[in-house]
Amino acid sequence: MKLTLHVWRQPGPGDKGRFETYEIDDVSEDMSFLEMLDVLNERLISEGTEPIQFEHDCREGICGSCGMMINGQAHGPQRGTAACQLHMRHYSDGDEITIEPWRSAGFPVIKDLVVDRSAFDRIIEAGGYVSVPTGSAPDANLIPVAKETAERAMDAATCIGCGACVAACPNGAAQLFTAAKVSHLNMLPQGAPERLERVADMVDTMEQFFGSCTNMAECEAACPKGISIDFIAMMNRDYLRAKFQSRR
Amino acid sequence: MAIDTSNLTTGGALDGKVPQGDLASLWTDHQFDMKLVNPNNKRKFEVIVIGTGLAGASAAATMGELGYNVTVFTFHDSPRRAHSIAAQGGINAAKNYQNDGDSIYRLFYDTVKGGDYCSREANVYRLAEVSLEIIDQAVAQGVPFAREYGGLLANRSFGGAQVSRTFYARGQTGQQLLLGAYQALARQIDAGKVTLHNRTELLDIVVVDGRAVGVVVRDLLTGEITSHSAHAVVLATGGYSNAFYLSTNAMKCNATAIWRAHRRGAYFANPCFTQIHPTAIPPSEEFQSKLTLMSESLRNDGRIWVPREADDGRAPRDIPSDERYYYLEERYPAFGNLVPRDVASRNAKERVDAGYGVGPRENGVYLDFADAIERLGTDAITEKYGNLFEMYERITGEDPYKVPMRIYPAPHYTMGGLWVDYHLMSNVPGLFVIGEANFSDHGANRLGASALMQGLADGYFVLPYTIGNYLAPLLGEPLVDTDHDAFTQVTKDVRGRIDHLLSVGGTRSVDWFHRELGKILWDYCGMSRSEESLKKALSEIPALREEFHSDVRVLGDDASLNESLEKAGRVSDFFELAELMCVDALDRNESCGAHFREEYQTEDGEARRDDEEYRYVAAWESNGVGNAPTLHKEQLEYEHVELVQRSYK
Repeated sequence: MKLTLHVWRQPGPGDKGRFETYEIDDVSEDMSFLEMLDVLNERLISEGTEPIQFEHDCREGICGSCGMMINGQAHGPQRGTAACQLHMRHYSDGDEITIEPWRSAGFPVIKDLVVDRSAFDRIIEAGGYVSVPTGSAPDANLIPVAKETAERAMDAATCIGCGACVAACPNGAAQLFTAAKVSHLNMLPQGAPERLERVADMVDTMEQFFGSCTNMAECEAACPKGISIDFIAMMNRDYLRAKFQSRR
Repeated sequence: MAIDTSNLTTGGALDGKVPQGDLASLWTDHQFDMKLVNPNNKRKFEVIVIGTGLAGASAAATMGELGYNVTVFTFHDSPRRAHSIAAQGGINAAKNYQNDGDSIYRLFYDTVKGGDYCSREANVYRLAEVSLEIIDQAVAQGVPFAREYGGLLANRSFGGAQVSRTFYARGQTGQQLLLGAYQALARQIDAGKVTLHNRTELLDIVVVDGRAVGVVVRDLLTGEITSHSAHAVVLATGGYSNAFYLSTNAMKCNATAIWRAHRRGAYFANPCFTQIHPTAIPPSEEFQSKLTLMSESLRNDGRIWVPREADDGRAPRDIPSDERYYYLEERYPAFGNLVPRDVASRNAKERVDAGYGVGPRENGVYLDFADAIERLGTDAITEKYGNLFEMYERITGEDPYKVPMRIYPAPHYTMGGLWVDYHLMSNVPGLFVIGEANFSDHGANRLGASALMQGLADGYFVLPYTIGNYLAPLLGEPLVDTDHDAFTQVTKDVRGRIDHLLSVGGTRSVDWFHRELGKILWDYCGMSRSEESLKKALSEIPALREEFHSDVRVLGDDASLNESLEKAGRVSDFFELAELMCVDALDRNESCGAHFREEYQTEDGEARRDDEEYRYVAAWESNGVGNAPTLHKEQLEYEHVELVQRSYK
């Protein structure tokens, strides 16, 4: 099929970006979206144009590297799918597609479609772990975890850190990412002792980089792992408790 | 110029430095014998770790915890992206929670046997031993492993074993374990014990007076090249099966760190041992950028078959069961669909080559869940494999609940890597190599769910102790200044390579060359090899390499993010490594595990080892590009496991 692509090109963080239009006519429906960009890049190289830089690695929907706004939607039109797992069979001959980087103050553009998501690492460093030294752990079966609790913790833990939640949020908020990380550990007995300190530190760090949550729920709709905004409620509850407790 | 392989030189024998004593207490006893660094002195040592996958992140976190000053480099934007994240199926541990007869010894035995008796007994025993602690550690970190209703941990079974010892977190076990290690690392970063440099790639290591003393790295955003010195350097940079172009590895997986260390003197062991994983989605077209693995755990409930008639054009559901050939179940009744990966892969290739392949390109076999769905119900299958089914549907557009999956083998995990001794140190003192980047624990074939185990064993429980033994005598020894001539020279070499790649100004893209190299390697040094095919590869690879260096086109500059330039450096290393893989495969005149030489097979088509001649690790010393390497052998002694022809019947 034949497509018209409008792609955001920006040489560097300090440069002004602009859209460039590319026609591409040998797209097969079995290609992934990123493979379609690979084919375009091969052509650009042969024409002497620098290829479009985009972030990608595992191409199995798990590393969380890839991510771009496709026609205004984070990761494109298919729900629960990272851009690398989106296939061209969802498009038709003659379609026009606009491709942009994540747009958020918390994610400055590095080049073309590549943005800096290291603020997520700062949030984890603030408390997204269980303080357990290597070699001192008790036998794994010593603390039973109800199947349901383990499953819910796993639902939160599936977050791939791609940043679609931030990109989709009209406020550029990172509540879904932070809530997933906080809730995963806070729900488990292993994470319970640090529960309140964790949520306070992580939320406070988050707020240094990202906007405020106004419960738009766009994040849940855009999340390639279908993480529920219920975790945001859980985080907020823990956060309030942490703040009240610290006042006492 | 092709390497003359008719008369390879053999250098001195290698000593794996395995301590003497009783296998069961070897590691514990040895921990007592190793030299210690006083807790207050640990902060006087600088250690560099390259890579933040399971091995690198766990090692860096643990060494930071112990008190060493650790500097970590990753080329990712965050340590959490390392490719360990994509491992789906699980992690083995000899906990015997299922009361089905598992033990440390049985895990050890299965691993040595599964690796076709090509691994070092003492290393494998230690791996099985610390597997227990890994699960404890991961659970304490909050890794949400699958649970039974009573709240205890669940297990499933995997290829090459007759017990259920695999712990799993849905189909995302690697992700959860990596996040656990990454979080432990984040804790040390916050504590100031570990310094992390992201988006930074190792380009070379620096050796002074025979010791590894530092690294030269490049900032991928600014192009700035910097030198860093340390008392020890740890490479945890994963495997190299992307040399095949199409593999299950992430796009950025490469051989650069270990290859450049090899060129600085580190021996490369068993490079020809590449595991071809049996359950990947078959390739569809030329544009294909990578292959996607479907977890081996699917073989627990999925039944593998092809039509009994060649070119059977009927839809799979229209083929009655007596007209289906469940070839693994018939040929290997004891293990059935759970035979080890090399056996499953070769049997799939045999069926497809014989004309029984299925799918539009007749390049796959069926992995069918219809019986399991009928027996257990759709919900049970969704709970176990739902995300894998979803992933398959995304990629192929077919619903595996309704039609069987199509699978075919793909290059996956490399058992070869830099040679290391029992302490995980290479032959270059001060250079440690852990996880998939070393050669040590899996022999000629890796059992499923053992890669995660090795990465974490090395990182959490082995290296942090053995590195102390190396560092203790160096107390008070100053770091080599980064103004030292050796650093200047290495930086100049690195600069020269980058300038060369940017200045060729040829006509073809890096990817084009990579694809061509991959085809040669897959066709002639892939799932099966012969003297003839390997010689062909050895004549074609150098020719293509020369063309690469005179005709590659790398656009852009060196002062901003430039993925083509990054790839060009990596692909140029793959060219050199590919040649060594073929040299090694040609020199090993036997079949073992993943190395299947057509000339050496039993009457019923199984791999036939030659234990008299080839019971050794082949560790190659570099003599420069285009020159024949020198072979060093480490003889493998088997005191506890009897060497027999592997049988899964």
